[in-house]
Amino acid sequence: MLRVVLAEDSVLLREGLVGLLERFGHRVLAAVGTADELTAAALEHRPDIVVTDVRMPPGFSDEGLRAAVALRERLPGLPVLVLSQYVQRAYAEDLLDASDGTGVGYLLKERIGHVEEFADALRRVSEGATVVDPEVVRQLIRRRRDPLARLTAREVEVLALMAEGRSNASVAEALHVGEGTVSKHFGSILVKLGLDVSDATNRRVLAVLAFLRG
Amino acid sequence: MLSPSPPPASPEPGSTASQEPGSPASPEPGSAASFGPRPAPRRAAPGVRAAPGSRPRALARRLLAGRPWRAGLYLLTSVPLGVATLVALLLLAVAGSALTVLVIGVPLLLTLVLAGIPLAALERRRLRLIDPAPLLDPHREPPGPGLASWLRTRLQERCTWRELAYALLFAFVLWPLEALAVGSVLLVCGGLIGTPAMMAAGGDGEARVLKLWLADSWPEAFGVLLAGVVLLPLLTWPLGVVARGRAVLTRALLSPPHSALDSRIAELDRSRTRLVDAFEAERRRIERDLHDGAQQRLVALSMTLGLARLERPAGPLGGLLDRAHEEASAALVEIRELIHGIHPHILTDRGLTAAVEDLADRSPVPVEVLLDVPGRLPRAVETAVYFAVSEALANVAKHSGATRVTVTGGHARGRLTVDVEDDGRGGARVGGTAAGNGSGRAGGDRGGGPDGSGPGGGGVGGTGLQGVADRLSVLGGTLLLSSPPGGPTVFGLEVPCPPADGRT
Repeated sequence: MLRVVLAEDSVLLREGLVGLLERFGHRVLAAVGTADELTAAALEHRPDIVVTDVRMPPGFSDEGLRAAVALRERLPGLPVLVLSQYVQRAYAEDLLDASDGTGVGYLLKERIGHVEEFADALRRVSEGATVVDPEVVRQLIRRRRDPLARLTAREVEVLALMAEGRSNASVAEALHVGEGTVSKHFGSILVKLGLDVSDATNRRVLAVLAFLRG
Repeated sequence: MLSPSPPPASPEPGSTASQEPGSPASPEPGSAASFGPRPAPRRAAPGVRAAPGSRPRALARRLLAGRPWRAGLYLLTSVPLGVATLVALLLLAVAGSALTVLVIGVPLLLTLVLAGIPLAALERRRLRLIDPAPLLDPHREPPGPGLASWLRTRLQERCTWRELAYALLFAFVLWPLEALAVGSVLLVCGGLIGTPAMMAAGGDGEARVLKLWLADSWPEAFGVLLAGVVLLPLLTWPLGVVARGRAVLTRALLSPPHSALDSRIAELDRSRTRLVDAFEAERRRIERDLHDGAQQRLVALSMTLGLARLERPAGPLGGLLDRAHEEASAALVEIRELIHGIHPHILTDRGLTAAVEDLADRSPVPVEVLLDVPGRLPRAVETAVYFAVSEALANVAKHSGATRVTVTGGHARGRLTVDVEDDGRGGARVGGTAAGNGSGRAGGDRGGGPDGSGPGGGGVGGTGLQGVADRLSVLGGTLLLSSPPGGPTVFGLEVPCPPADGRT
């Protein structure tokens, strides 16, 4: 059970999300509609995780994201999951740059529809993992085309799934292969990209993301 | 303008003959440009004009207002200025012609041609003496720094030649006439008023008045003086008429050309800008409505379907639910792409550089972005340039066969320049019906390559580039396309743009 503070300006979605979170056994401490209320609620309740929309009143720009980044500075280690109706590499980078990039998630809002995956991402972020939307990873991979040309198609697939913040087991399941195969692919990816990382999934994810961002 | 001819129109709409026309509240007749909420019309109708009986008072008021003296001063200052102009023109003409064999004569003759410019500037200021409405400088700002640019602009302008014509007219015709008018008034009145003094100076008890008749007694002499004093204000009236005519002529020759066609072009220009702004506002509104409405509802729908699937209903219902969920997800992807195409958020939130980098991320051809645009630019510029780069990159991806694209650009000296260069096969062509009317705008499209790629794409791409050129031209910008066969192709765009952070 997670104690959640939720910020979403659309009443329809806010209520839907509250229902969804409760369906998975979490407790919503506060569900608010503006960035200022989000900051106040998070400071008051000290939740296990903050879930927020990017675009919120009054400016309908990226208030939610800014509030989340500011909250990370005031409450170090506070897990934050940012939802957005569109993906922007620049936003993901803001979030990853806020503190050490652990315990942050940046997902397209439409991923909520895949409720079990969403609930899983929420749990992982609350545990300190980094979760990045596949769409963002795709943008990052397009950018770093040159070094990635050395990877096989399969290795790029594995890399993309890894960068989203998945574990070996989760990648294996998505690609319908064994975990051993995944870890072999990943080893060769790291060699080809010249990365030196430990076994801990999240540090590996961060290293891959750091590489992709150049 | 001088005050209207007598009987002067009442300066205050309400001041009919029943009121005191010389009331101190109206020191400046003829300039009562009041926009206050007065019920009466600004210019009095004929029925409420001052009655003829108030003419002396009106005359006195005009004297007090200083207008006749201003008219006199205007005509009087014309004389030395006219003489100076005449001398300068003659000197330049003679010296220039004589020295043409030496090279030095050429710039002298050039100066002669341009002599009207400083004179006209001075004349526009001097006109303020009797005409309160300012006369605007008709000259254009030269496009670049340096004397050559200035000279080219000035010599191409029609008003430069009108000003030269004015200078010639002034030097050879106008100032002698003005000297005659103001001189004869001064001579007549001065002669009459000076009669007693002349009599005293002569010592023989007589004085010749204006060389016409002989005054031989003191009462007669002082009578003549009195006549002179009375005549002086009366003669200022014809002087005022002359000055007014002169002012009308000056204004006609030295004002910015303002033909009906010019004002129509200006209005068309403004309405085009308004249309583009309205079009842009409408796009933003549609984007916002989709974002806040349809997209949110689709997310909610997808979430509800996802929750329903959690219940894992048996039989055909489960399959239908899965399909409904997939379709909702596909609709979400489509609407997200649609919204991004209408107006990307990143442009609104983060500005041009971030938005172009986002375009680069999405391009199938590798794009290197080297933009140096500090801060935020005016919204219209950001939008136009963003869509121009977007169109250029789309063209590269569709037709060029390029493997690398570079987007370079920066903001300097009030202009934003952006170049999109690829290493493709070139041969992009300029559309036949380019909007170019001399300003270098180009509508163009990359033709299908020798392998015939992209059949029929020409027209579509051309329209896109034409749209880009049109949008830029509304902002006074240009789009240039250079694409020799074999490449490289460069799309260059340039937009005048205030310094960064001039957010509008």
